[in-house]
Amino acid sequence: MTRISLTVDGHQVADDVEPRMLLVQYLRERLGKTGTVVGCDTSNCGACTVHLNGSSVKSCNVLAVQADGGEVTTIEGLAKDGELHPVQEAFRECHGLQCGYCTPGMIMQAVDLLKENPHPSEEAIRAGLEGNLCRCTGYHNIVRAVQHAAEQTSHQHPEGVGA
Amino acid sequence: MNPAPFEYLAPTTVDEAVAALVEHGDEAKILAGGQSLLPVLRMRLNAPEWVIDLGRIETLRGVRDAGDHLVIGAMTTHDQVLHDPLVHEHALLVTKAVTQLADAQVRHRGTFGGALAHADPGGDLGAPTLALDATFVITGPSGTRSVPAAEFFVDLFETAIGEDEILTEVQVPKYDGWGAHYEKFVRVSHQWPIIAVAATVRLDGDTIAEARVGLTNMGSTPVRATAVEEALAGQPATPDAVQQAAAHAADGTSPPTDLNGDAEYRRHLATVLTRRAVLAAAGRNGT
Repeated sequence: MTRISLTVDGHQVADDVEPRMLLVQYLRERLGKTGTVVGCDTSNCGACTVHLNGSSVKSCNVLAVQADGGEVTTIEGLAKDGELHPVQEAFRECHGLQCGYCTPGMIMQAVDLLKENPHPSEEAIRAGLEGNLCRCTGYHNIVRAVQHAAEQTSHQHPEGVGA
Repeated sequence: MNPAPFEYLAPTTVDEAVAALVEHGDEAKILAGGQSLLPVLRMRLNAPEWVIDLGRIETLRGVRDAGDHLVIGAMTTHDQVLHDPLVHEHALLVTKAVTQLADAQVRHRGTFGGALAHADPGGDLGAPTLALDATFVITGPSGTRSVPAAEFFVDLFETAIGEDEILTEVQVPKYDGWGAHYEKFVRVSHQWPIIAVAATVRLDGDTIAEARVGLTNMGSTPVRATAVEEALAGQPATPDAVQQAAAHAADGTSPPTDLNGDAEYRRHLATVLTRRAVLAAAGRNGT
């Protein structure tokens, strides 16, 4: 067992974990943060995307011990004071989902993408989401949702929508 | 699936990491960014007793200018390399390859040295570092040694790094003013290339003065297309001349046959992609 302490969605947590425990398992099984889902066993699909120290990562491809001392934001930590994050709101507004399974990862990656590039072209959005698969193939509305989020926030917050 | 149980060490210096390797030898695996190792462990293709995480060794991160070459620390992430102005200015071919490497999440965690040490023949960094004559700096119990790229890649997933050694940095000579392009052929954007071509050229007016060309996934290691390089030198940067030189791209290669294509298909693809890559590197619109 290895002792880890980290911040998850703004709360300090500390635990003894087996070194082989994946970050996504730690989030789901120890902290109950089941909003982050596991979609594949090959690190391809991106459904488990969270932010570690401000950058998007596939949490099935990071050991919990590697996150020791770090700061994690999950889909459950995006909304502030009961208000959905602008990207969450845009996915709802544009129906950027079909079955919804890829949605947490899509939203977390979209937030990362808009932080790097607040006004992306459609091509840049598609390239930025290349590590996230939607097996319903509902990509068109996902891309529209990201465009909508970028437009909405450029009205309200010219500096962008990065979490 | 979960990795099999292992003991975990997170040294904070290279010396500590080497000492751990000396102690645990072939029972240990090095963890860099983990973007290739963790899938391997989860699929139980490997089950080391010890995992030695280099993630806490700060001296292995970052890019610096060392006069006639750049030094890229082995634990520098792909994302850091991608956005590094020194790499863009002096080794554009590396920037071009990293742009197309995996996806954003993997680039945030995966490391330059880790990907090269993993030596997947489909990896995107082998061909550019080979084409640029990079030098690999390796540290072990008896000190530090430098290995030229031409000797670094030994075979499928096998490099010149010994069991008790660590790749600490990659030195890339400066190619100031050279154009560059990485032409990658994939079915799904973030997957391994079926093949790819890394090309960088120095123009003298409309003439290709010098060219460097490396091939990805055209054999068990990255391959240098020396016949193409020689054929390009002194030629005009025109589609016809480049096409003639690119016809040599598959000379002497032994590409694999797999579900994505057979060897003959890859050999054909190599000539097509080499033409595109060289023309794009020369700033010509080639298709």
